[in-house]
Amino acid sequence: MARWLVLAALLAFPLVVTLPFPRHIMIIIFLYATLAQAWNLLAGYCGQISLGHAVFFGTGAYTSSVLVRDLALSPWLGMVAGALVAVALSQVIGYPVFRLHGHYFAIATIAVGEIVHIVALNWDYLGAARGLYLPIKRPDSFVNLQFHQSKAGYYYIALGLLLLALAVTRHLERSRAGYYFRAVREDPSAAASLGVPVTRYKQWAMAWSAALTALGGTFYAQYVLFIDPESVFALSLSILICLVAVLGGVGTLWGPLLGAAVLVPLSEGTRVWLGGTGKAIDLLIYGALIVIISVVQPAGVVGLVRRWRARAA
Amino acid sequence: GPMLAQIFATFGLAVFLRSAAQALFGVDFHLVKNPLVHGRVEVAGVFIGVPQLVASAGALLAFAFLYWFTTRTETGLALQATAQDRQAAALMGIDTNRMFALGWGLGAACVGAAGALLTTFFYVFPDVGGSFALLAYVAVALGGFGNVPATLAGGVAVGVVEVLGGLLIDPTLKYVVVFALYLAVVLWRPQGLFGRF
Repeated sequence: MARWLVLAALLAFPLVVTLPFPRHIMIIIFLYATLAQAWNLLAGYCGQISLGHAVFFGTGAYTSSVLVRDLALSPWLGMVAGALVAVALSQVIGYPVFRLHGHYFAIATIAVGEIVHIVALNWDYLGAARGLYLPIKRPDSFVNLQFHQSKAGYYYIALGLLLLALAVTRHLERSRAGYYFRAVREDPSAAASLGVPVTRYKQWAMAWSAALTALGGTFYAQYVLFIDPESVFALSLSILICLVAVLGGVGTLWGPLLGAAVLVPLSEGTRVWLGGTGKAIDLLIYGALIVIISVVQPAGVVGLVRRWRARAA
Repeated sequence: GPMLAQIFATFGLAVFLRSAAQALFGVDFHLVKNPLVHGRVEVAGVFIGVPQLVASAGALLAFAFLYWFTTRTETGLALQATAQDRQAAALMGIDTNRMFALGWGLGAACVGAAGALLTTFFYVFPDVGGSFALLAYVAVALGGFGNVPATLAGGVAVGVVEVLGGLLIDPTLKYVVVFALYLAVVLWRPQGLFGRF
């Protein structure tokens, strides 16, 4: 019941709030919640801590943008193409790196991410370090995925992406694959001895995760209308994606959304109130809050909510 | 799990300290004007900067100390035991929380020493540690976790490959070569060159 009320409130939000800034905050919350949920599928449910998810985000952003530039294709088709390219890439990356465990796996994903990042910085076809500007299309249209008059269009598309990510996670969570993911996370050797094809299911989790992340990448490119390797392939983006999921609660359906709902207003809020000083006071507070939250509540916001509920009951 | 919470607590700490440095010292690049060591020496036709030589010597000294400490002292052995099996170590009467604090402190001290040695021939700015931290992580994993000489080997390998890659292939691609080396090594040996776990 509560979740339908929240959904109704979210659907009604742009009708009530017309100021661009609150809408922007909500769009960024939805985008990061989608990315964190995609990461959560692989890391939270299947236990494979990837620190290179920017690869798939950038793949989605660059694929659709290049198709818009060269073929004047609708970004929606570019979005599908980006997801497919990201899935293909994820399988090529996954096959070798899924042999690694723990820190060795995490660093391997960083290594792959940084290789892709540096290659993109030097690849002229992709605009190299200069990046790509998307051609402005007027008037606003759903087909071109560009809205200049009002952010409402972006708002509903971002909300749609989030709902898709939640639906995919919910479906996988309750399917055989979801149980296999968790078995692999808890004890890969035990899962293998019970007949779970471990590598195949890691690849499956990676494919879904990459596809959803790439959708977010295309959305970002259409929202900002400029992409460059520093904004879509950077290691800091990969870390931010998992930070959102970890603060919310890994391996849970609602964790990524709660994490984004806390972290995005926190970072945007401290930036707006204190960012103008040039003294990084906003980041000072932001960093301190991250430390406090990780130490006080290692299970994330979801853990906090569960504790409140247990106390209320 | 707790491993993730740890990673992010340290990430938050990094953001905090970097911003604190920016708030206190500004974003400008600083350089030590009159370092204690300067100049260069010629060894078999190759010129080497004295600051670099002193820094290498300092780093090797730190390695020697760490190796002696972790393998020859009772506290060092307790540290290793805690790393291998926390519960078993606790049952042997080792205060594992103190060992974690000690490991964290020793690590911070070594990185601090490295940072101080670096200032004689490198700029100082709030984000100076960023690129080094990532390469240090790669160097440790390349050698194998929990092994001091292996880390030295990993560090030397990363440094040599970085410089040779920049010289022979393309300076902009030197880190591609470093990361590719890491991938090649761990795909061949998933626990790093000399790692046991």
